[in-house]
Amino acid sequence: MVPTDRRYTKDHEWVRVDGEIATVGITQYAAEQLGDVVFVELPDVGRALSQHATFGVVESVKAVSDLYAPIAGEVRATNGELGKAPELVNQDPYEAGWMIRVSVADPGEVDRLLDATAYEQLIAEA
Amino acid sequence: MSEGDAADLQQTALNAVHRHLGARLVPFAGWEMPVQYSGILDEHRAVRERAGLFDLSHMGELFVEGADAGAMLNAALVSDPASLKVGRAQYSMICGPDGGILDDLIVYRLAVDRFLVVANASNAAVVSDALAERIGSFKAVLDDRSLDTSLVAVQGPEAAAILARVTDVDLAALRYYAIAEGTVAGQPALVARTGYTGEDGFEAFVDWARGPDVWAALEEAGRERGLQPCGLGARDTLRLEAGMPLYGNELDRETTPFEAGLGRVVKLEKDGDFVGRDALARAAEAPRKRLVGLRVTGRGIARHGHPLWCDDRRTGIVTSGTQSPTLGYPIAMGYVAPGDAEPGTIVEVEIRDARVGAEVVPLPFYKRPR
Repeated sequence: MVPTDRRYTKDHEWVRVDGEIATVGITQYAAEQLGDVVFVELPDVGRALSQHATFGVVESVKAVSDLYAPIAGEVRATNGELGKAPELVNQDPYEAGWMIRVSVADPGEVDRLLDATAYEQLIAEA
Repeated sequence: MSEGDAADLQQTALNAVHRHLGARLVPFAGWEMPVQYSGILDEHRAVRERAGLFDLSHMGELFVEGADAGAMLNAALVSDPASLKVGRAQYSMICGPDGGILDDLIVYRLAVDRFLVVANASNAAVVSDALAERIGSFKAVLDDRSLDTSLVAVQGPEAAAILARVTDVDLAALRYYAIAEGTVAGQPALVARTGYTGEDGFEAFVDWARGPDVWAALEEAGRERGLQPCGLGARDTLRLEAGMPLYGNELDRETTPFEAGLGRVVKLEKDGDFVGRDALARAAEAPRKRLVGLRVTGRGIARHGHPLWCDDRRTGIVTSGTQSPTLGYPIAMGYVAPGDAEPGTIVEVEIRDARVGAEVVPLPFYKRPR
C-alpha cells in the first residue's frame, strides 16, 4: 500500500530522494485523516529548512495542520499546482500531490527515517 | 480531543448506524457524533443540490406545558412565544440578567398550552435549569425529554419529496417555521419545517428508540434522489454559508443579541418583564461590537480565533471561517468594532504570522434559489 521507494516520518510526511534532491509530501493516511484539503501554504524557494522545522500548512475544510520538514535542506521548488488544485493532496498524495523539493544536506537524516514497513506498522497501530 | 474520553461520551440511538456507514465519530458537547461519512465537501454539495440526512439527537428537547406556558416563556426568553399561533415556531434566545446569551433556541407552539423548546446540545442542561428556575409561580411544568427524543433532519431541495414518501403529514401545507403532529415511517412524530443549512428541510422528533427506524426509512426513501448521510462537518459549513450563528463561536455569554445582529429577536416592547430586559434595552443603544460577514480576498483561510485588524488597529476577532464549498473562496464571520461593520470595509485577518486582506460583506453568503 505504502510506496517502498521513499521514507516516512511519524508526522506522516514522506520523502523520496533522487540524487541530491528530495521530494516531500504527506502520506495518504494523513490526507485521509485531514479530509478534503482546500488550502496548502508552502515556503518560498531558497528558504533553508532545518530538520523538523515547520515548512508550511495544509488546511482541510475543518482542520489546520502544520507541515514538518523530514530532513534539513534548502527549498529548490514548490508544487504550484496545489495553489489551484489543493485536492491533489487527497487524490494523489504520493505523486501529483507532492509539496516541496529540497536539496539534501545530510543523506544520513534520510536513512534514519521510517521505511515503508515501519510506517505501515505505525499507521496500523494508530 | 479535550471533550472527555470516549467512555464518558453519550451515544445517540443511531450510533451503531453511523458506525455501520463508516462515519468518523468525534466528541461533541459530551456526545459521540459523526463529523463526516463520505467527506465534508461531498456531503455539503449533496445538501445544496439534492438532500442530506442528519442525526441531531444530541440536541435538547424541552417541553413546557400548562395554562401559563406562553406567559412563562415570554418571561424567560427574549422573544414572544405567547404570540405564536399553534403549529408555528420562532427563533429565540435565552439571556442572563446582564443580557448575555445563554443559548439560541427554536420555540415551537404545539398547542395553546404546550410548547417545545429546542436547545443546543452544549447548553441543553443550562437551558433546562434556567427554564426550571424561571417557571417560578407560573402555572407551567417543564419536561426535559432530551434523552427520550431522537431528532433526524432531512435538508435540501429534495427533502420534501423524500419525506413525503414516509410521512402522513401534509408537507405542502407545512410552512417554513411550522410544525405538525403525524407519523414518519409509521412512528408518531413531530415534523417541523426548520433547519440549519440554508436549504428547505425538515426535522422529525420521535421517541428515542424509533430513531433508527425513521433514519432507515428516510435513507430508503431518498436513495433514488441522492440523499446522503451528513455529519457535523457539513452542518457547520452549510450553516456558515447561510450566515447562521453557532453558539460558542458567534454567540456566548459575553455577547448580546444586538451585537450578534439578532436584535430583531428581542421583543423589548412585549408585555411583562423578562430576564435581561433592562440590560438589553441599554445594549440595543450601545453595542460594543458587531458581527459581520467577511470575504477573504488574500491567500489563506480565516479561522476561529484569528485577530482582525483595520488600519493597523485591532478591531476584533474571527468567530468562524472556512473555504466556502459553494462559493469557492474563503468566508468567515467575526466581530469588529461598530464603526468597522459597514459592508465594503477593508480589514485584515491575522493568519499565523501574516496579515491577509478581507472585505466586510453582507450576510448571508449563500441564499438558496427559490
